[in-house]
Amino acid sequence: MPPIPQHIGPIDIVPLIPYLAIIVILGFILAIVPGLIWIERVVISLMQDRIGPNRVGPRGLLQTIADGVKLFFKEDVQPVAVDKKIYYLAPVLSMIPALAAGATIPFASITVKMDNGTLRTLPMIVGDVSIGLLYVLALASLQVYGIVLAGWSSNNKYSLLGGLRSSAQIISYELAMSLAIMSGILMCGSVNLVEIVHRQAGGFWNWNVLQFFPLGLIATLVYMIAMVAETNRAPFDLPEAESELIAGFHTEYSSMKFAMFFMGEYAAMLGVSGIATTLWFGGWLSPIPLSVPVLGPVLTAVPSAVWFLLKMFVFFFGYVWLRATLPRLRYDALMAIGWKRMLPLSLVVLFGVAVWATFRMPEPPAAAAQDQPGPRVRMAGPSSPAGGRP
Amino acid sequence: MNWPLIFFAILALLSVGSAILVVANQNPVRSALFLVVNFFVLAVFYFTLGAEFIGAVQIIVYAGAIMVLFLFVIMLLNLGAPEALRERGKLGPAPAIVLALVFLSLLGGVGAIDSGLRPVNPQAATFMATGGTPEKVGLALFSPSLPWLFPFEVTSFLLLIGVVGAIILAKRRI
Repeated sequence: MPPIPQHIGPIDIVPLIPYLAIIVILGFILAIVPGLIWIERVVISLMQDRIGPNRVGPRGLLQTIADGVKLFFKEDVQPVAVDKKIYYLAPVLSMIPALAAGATIPFASITVKMDNGTLRTLPMIVGDVSIGLLYVLALASLQVYGIVLAGWSSNNKYSLLGGLRSSAQIISYELAMSLAIMSGILMCGSVNLVEIVHRQAGGFWNWNVLQFFPLGLIATLVYMIAMVAETNRAPFDLPEAESELIAGFHTEYSSMKFAMFFMGEYAAMLGVSGIATTLWFGGWLSPIPLSVPVLGPVLTAVPSAVWFLLKMFVFFFGYVWLRATLPRLRYDALMAIGWKRMLPLSLVVLFGVAVWATFRMPEPPAAAAQDQPGPRVRMAGPSSPAGGRP
Repeated sequence: MNWPLIFFAILALLSVGSAILVVANQNPVRSALFLVVNFFVLAVFYFTLGAEFIGAVQIIVYAGAIMVLFLFVIMLLNLGAPEALRERGKLGPAPAIVLALVFLSLLGGVGAIDSGLRPVNPQAATFMATGGTPEKVGLALFSPSLPWLFPFEVTSFLLLIGVVGAIILAKRRI
């Protein structure tokens, strides 16, 4: 990417970056959801040897737009015995945290040519805060309220069961997910997502998924399983198991209120995929660094936002693949996997990473040194005052 | 215009209002919901004071804890009759007056009333200047030269005892 000049006309770019990032994130999430649904339907029908949507628009591309318009004009049914205020609040509560979680995920880095001639690489991010990952975890813990309140306020047995299942599932899998994220934090020595990406610079062998081999790989797998469970997607979609619960927590919701749950689910999927990309797969970085001949300059010339999107779409494809392949889990199997397999496994991994990191802090790559807003204290163990490097 | 003070006033109104509604509400699910609002506003207070780590942890820990409270409410009550949980036998205003007096004397004890809204502890100003980022909190908590490591370890041991005790109470046969 060629560097962007600091001033375009009279406008200074640098202080505008957070606002640009807000527009990009919100616009991207809201605009991409119909596309994602189309991709999901086409891929699943290919996997199941069906044709899939092919009537509206070229290759059925406009099918989801048509569905959206249909939802918009549908009658807004409000059942008699619902708890009205909470009933209307629940779809909002399921969508807002999913949209807000994108605020601390850096999705690109741009090179700005400052007025005095120096080059600065700046991350595209809304809030480059010190608590980055913790903020995302906090919003993830708020996400469940939308579903539980929808199930409770609907005054419907199936909705309530769906809501209860969802809360139990999310409480169980949040533990394994947090522990896996903590392993990632220990590998990087930072909670800030921009710094986590900087620490993974220098090629795909520096990404956290391949660090502390095989502990990083196991932690990544645990995170990925937990992330599917956290977003209530197949094979963990028990809260809306249609063969048992009609449609689970959103049985009583029609028209745009249902559409908001739908959007919230896809926004949450994008959010956790973005975290997975940033934490384990090097964020916006290209897999081959500039120093490698031939491949390096070609791949680093690709804009960083494209790399981030590509990695995120791999995760989305994984979601769709799982949905087309695996049957829904039985409820006791779901709990057994969460509590008896994934939680002990992630605890062992966390312990292993902690021991390993105490004796060998990973070499900070050269890119980490440049362009950090103010000095950051590295979280080194007490035994390694000088970084503990051999 | 004193924007920080206006912001503080809005937050204070929100937090006190939601706290009152937690107690005053007849519907237990709504009470729990207002408790979430109250904890969330408290987290925003922490953010405005520069204690980012504590603010985030406040949301993570308490949002999860209230989720469990929700489950208790839903499981203990019949669906569709949340008002069934009425308190039997009202205590009347006498205990409320006594508790209010105790609360006011506590406020007076820490000097909150006569100092206005200024921070009572002079160290608070330096804390706000240096910030409560995870790095700072972690270094303060685990450095051997500061007195926080031992209380931290004792607290974690206490929590472990709580977990083991809960399992022993819940399971008849281990």
